[in-house]
This record gives sequence, structure tokens and C-alpha cells, in this order.
Amino acid sequence: MKILVCISHVPDTTSKINFTDGDTKFDTNGVQFVINPNDEFGLTRAIWFQEQQGASVTVVNVGGADSEPTLRKALAIGANDAIRVNAEPTDGFFVAKQLAEVAKAGNYDLIIAGKESLDYNGGMVPGMLAALLNINFVNSCIGLTVEGTTAKAVREMDGGKETMSAQLPLVIGGQKGLVEEKDLRIPNMRGIMTARTKTLTVLEPVAADQASKSVKFEKPAAKQAVKLVSADNLDELINLLHNEAKVI
Amino acid sequence: MAVLIYAESSDGKFKKVAFELASYASEVAAATGTSVTAVTVNAGDVSELYNYGVHKVLQVSDARLNDFNAKAYADVVVQAAKQESASVVVLSSTTDSLYLAPLVTVHLQGGFASNVVALPASYAPFQVKRTAFSNKAFSITEISQDVKVLSIAKNSFGLKANSVSGNAEAFAPTLHDGDFSVKIESIEAGNGKVSIADADIVVSGGRGLKGPENWGMLEDLATTLGAATACSKPVSDLGWRPHSEHVGQTGKPVATNLYIAVGISGAIQHIAGINSSKVKVVINSDPEAPFFKVADYGVVGDAFEILPKLNEKLKAFKANN
Repeated sequence: MKILVCISHVPDTTSKINFTDGDTKFDTNGVQFVINPNDEFGLTRAIWFQEQQGASVTVVNVGGADSEPTLRKALAIGANDAIRVNAEPTDGFFVAKQLAEVAKAGNYDLIIAGKESLDYNGGMVPGMLAALLNINFVNSCIGLTVEGTTAKAVREMDGGKETMSAQLPLVIGGQKGLVEEKDLRIPNMRGIMTARTKTLTVLEPVAADQASKSVKFEKPAAKQAVKLVSADNLDELINLLHNEAKVI
Repeated sequence: MAVLIYAESSDGKFKKVAFELASYASEVAAATGTSVTAVTVNAGDVSELYNYGVHKVLQVSDARLNDFNAKAYADVVVQAAKQESASVVVLSSTTDSLYLAPLVTVHLQGGFASNVVALPASYAPFQVKRTAFSNKAFSITEISQDVKVLSIAKNSFGLKANSVSGNAEAFAPTLHDGDFSVKIESIEAGNGKVSIADADIVVSGGRGLKGPENWGMLEDLATTLGAATACSKPVSDLGWRPHSEHVGQTGKPVATNLYIAVGISGAIQHIAGINSSKVKVVINSDPEAPFFKVADYGVVGDAFEILPKLNEKLKAFKANN
């Protein structure tokens, strides 16, 4: 089984979010970048398939040279090789189009991407990728096994979950649950050393429409200070929620 | 020309979000000189949509669509959009709609924006405001394709009654075997309680509750308020509560009218996931807990004393209101 894991290079979840160039660009100054958490759950599941079922795992990122450390980290965790499509990932459709080219060329059985990246939160790449390739797709996936050419996937729904089966090739929009937090791997020294010699191929992008783009960013307005209510005066809290906030 | 909404239903009844989409779409239609068409799948009485500005309903009745299937439902929405020459397709942010939105967008060769929180800021060029960076910022996103597909963030627009006279017609899209190639094997519904996605009020507990055996008082409060229960990441990591209750940046997002956090310190990742909620109440014994900085109302004190007392008082309040 050949697995392609799509990796976004995103600001660490504790990052302060600021913008530059007249609020048109994300300010990367002092920001630590990581593998997008939703992608990391998928990567870890892919490594499980590699160890248990002899799958090969390729990681791919659409991004500039600055995202290579993130790809090297994925290699250190255990991916066999890496591909970087050399383009700024400014639009989900554009990214999906690049990934579709890579997926077609490599003839992968299983393609795993995070259901959304924690920077732009577009939530569109896995579905668009499946639509462009015209293959099966399961989103919000919290469990995945493969036997022969049939995959069983569990999808989280609003207030429940469902188990689905589909023939490979298949695109997965992954999230926590594919593996648990405690199963995530921190690269060890041996992994980091071997990652240095693994293949990282750089491809140039194919032409694609830019379907949407962010033209400006805004930060939420500063909020008013909290109104503290004494623990002995909970009637006041109920009064405020009813008459002021009007939420009960 | 039309603005198309997919009006979601469950067991034949519309979800509340269907009326929020209709309210949003009817303002878009008014601004662009067109009208709103809704497509429904196996819904019962559709007339309530007319109260929120829907002029035309395309009613799909097909037993193959009894369970949600993204590919097939996307095909339904795409064929409805084509028939109506829709330039704007408005979807919700339920897991089902977020599943089908990118499929719809590609088949209509459109552009997509998720987490949209306001009416378009401009129509030419077409720009919408959406949340990004896990609610730590907004992005003004421009869609340049002819067809614009939007997912509206829950509770961001609300309901606006706008009664019109509408009519419904049967709509029979052509479905293919390939639409059903992802097969549903089994569905495990939740415990029958209010789900986080549907709830107007969410009551959430953190490590301050000290152990899973203490969740009863949180559940009692939730029952009184008709609220869903949720938890912080450490609580789900410790196995005190199921992962499906974990809210925050890597868990479920919460955008309710009222979010009550009990014994949660307010790590930045947690705040990111719940910050779209309108009113936030924090109950914590530590007055320095960072959650107080983003809360609207706060009570400093022992949750073990406050929760039962608050529950009794709310019960009395509910009985009189």
C-alpha cells in the first residue's frame, strides 16, 4: 500500500497572531512552525500502517523552502520520503490542485490530509482533492483500518459517529482520533539522523486558478473586562444572564 | 439567477440552522436583485422556510438519501445550483455540510469560504469576512470564481423573519451508483442528549473538577439549562470524558450563545476553540486563571459549592420564567 500524507506547515498553537504589510500578511516573526496537528494524527496513523502492514509513506507539502524543517520532522518520525511543491499555499483550491498532480503521478492507494489546517481553517483541501481525483472521500475521520483494497473508516458526526467502508483509492480528512494524543511520536536522535539522508524532492507547481484569497486580516476587537459576581450572590449572575446578556 | 441554500433536516424536520441560512441568503438575494431557492432532502413540511425569505423549494424525496452520503448529497446540491443558475450557494457549518462543501465547490468550478461570520462586505469584488487562525483573527476573503460557495459559522447571523409567499416543487436529480461508493456500515447515535453542535448553551468542565466521578453536578446544571456538556483537552486525554466532548483548538469548535466553563484555567488553545461563543461565564477557584481575561462574567470560588447552588437557583428561575 502506498500512502501519501499531506502536511501543512502552521504556527504552533500557542503562537501570538499578528499581521504585517498593512494587515495583509501573517507576521512570522518569532513564530515557531509545526506540523499541522490534524495532519500529525494522520501521519502517525500512516506510520502505523507502515510498521504493521508494510505500507510506504510519502509526505508532501505545498510551500516555500521555509517549510522543509517541518518535512524533515515528518521524515524523522518515520516517513520514507518527502515531496515539496515549491509554491506559496495562499488558496485551498490551488493547494488541492497541486496535491492532485502529485497524487496522480505517484498512484497512491491512500491519501491522508488533516480535515483543516490551524492557520487558515479553510477545511477544503481534502474534499477538493478527492473531487479533483474523482475518488472516495471520508471527512472528520477518527478511525481507519485497511484490509486488501477495502478501507473501514469511522467518521465523527454532530452527536454521534458512523462506520463506513470504501474501496481504495481513498482520501481521508483526518483529525484527533485517527490516533490518540499519547500515540504521537517525538522524533528520536536516530530518526533525526536518518531523516537527513532521506529523499526530499522539490517540484515546481502546475498552473491553477486562484479561487479564493485572503485580502486582509483583522484582529478581534479588544473586549471589556470581566464582570465578577460573588459566589454568595448567584442570583445576580442569573439576573445578568437573563436581563443583560439575554441568553437564558 | 438565485441564491441557493441547502436546508438541512433530520428525521424530516428542519434543523434551526436551515432558517439561519435562509435569513442570510435572503439578504444576499435582496442585495443582488435575485431570490432564494432552497433544496431539501426528504424533509416533511417545507412551508416554514417561507417565513425566512425562501421563494422556491426544490424538494428531493429519495429513499437512497435517507442517510447522509456526502457524494450523493453534493450531487443533489450541484444539480440544483445548475438548474437555478445559482451564483451563491450558502451552506451551514455542520459536519455534514462541511463534508460536502468542497465537493460542491469543485463540481461547480467555484470558490469556497468557510466560517463566514457576516454578510458579504462587498459584492464586486465578492468579499466575505471569515474567522481564521482558530478564531484569533478574521480574514477578508475574496472569491474570484463565478460561483461562490459559503459555509456560515453557526449563530453568527441569527434568524430574521421575512415572510414571503413561496412554492415547492418536486426535484429529482440524477444519481449514479458512484455516488454511493462510500457505504455506511453502521451509525452510532449519541446518547440522546443535546449535541455540542446543536446546543445554544454548553457547560464545560476542566481538571478543576478533580475526577470523572464529579461530573454529575455539571450534568445536572446542563439538564436544567437544556445545555450540552463539554470538557477541556486534559480531561479527555485523561479519559475522564469521551473525546467527542473535547472542545478547543484540536477538539470541537464551540460557537454557542452561552458557554459556561467550570474549573478550566483557559489555555490559549482552549480559548481559541470556544471564543466564537457570544457570552462566556467562568467559574474558577483561582482568581488569576487566564480564562477570566476573556470571560464576560466570572465567579471566583469553589465549583463544588457553586454548581449545586447555581443549579437550584436556576431551577427556581426556570420555574418562574
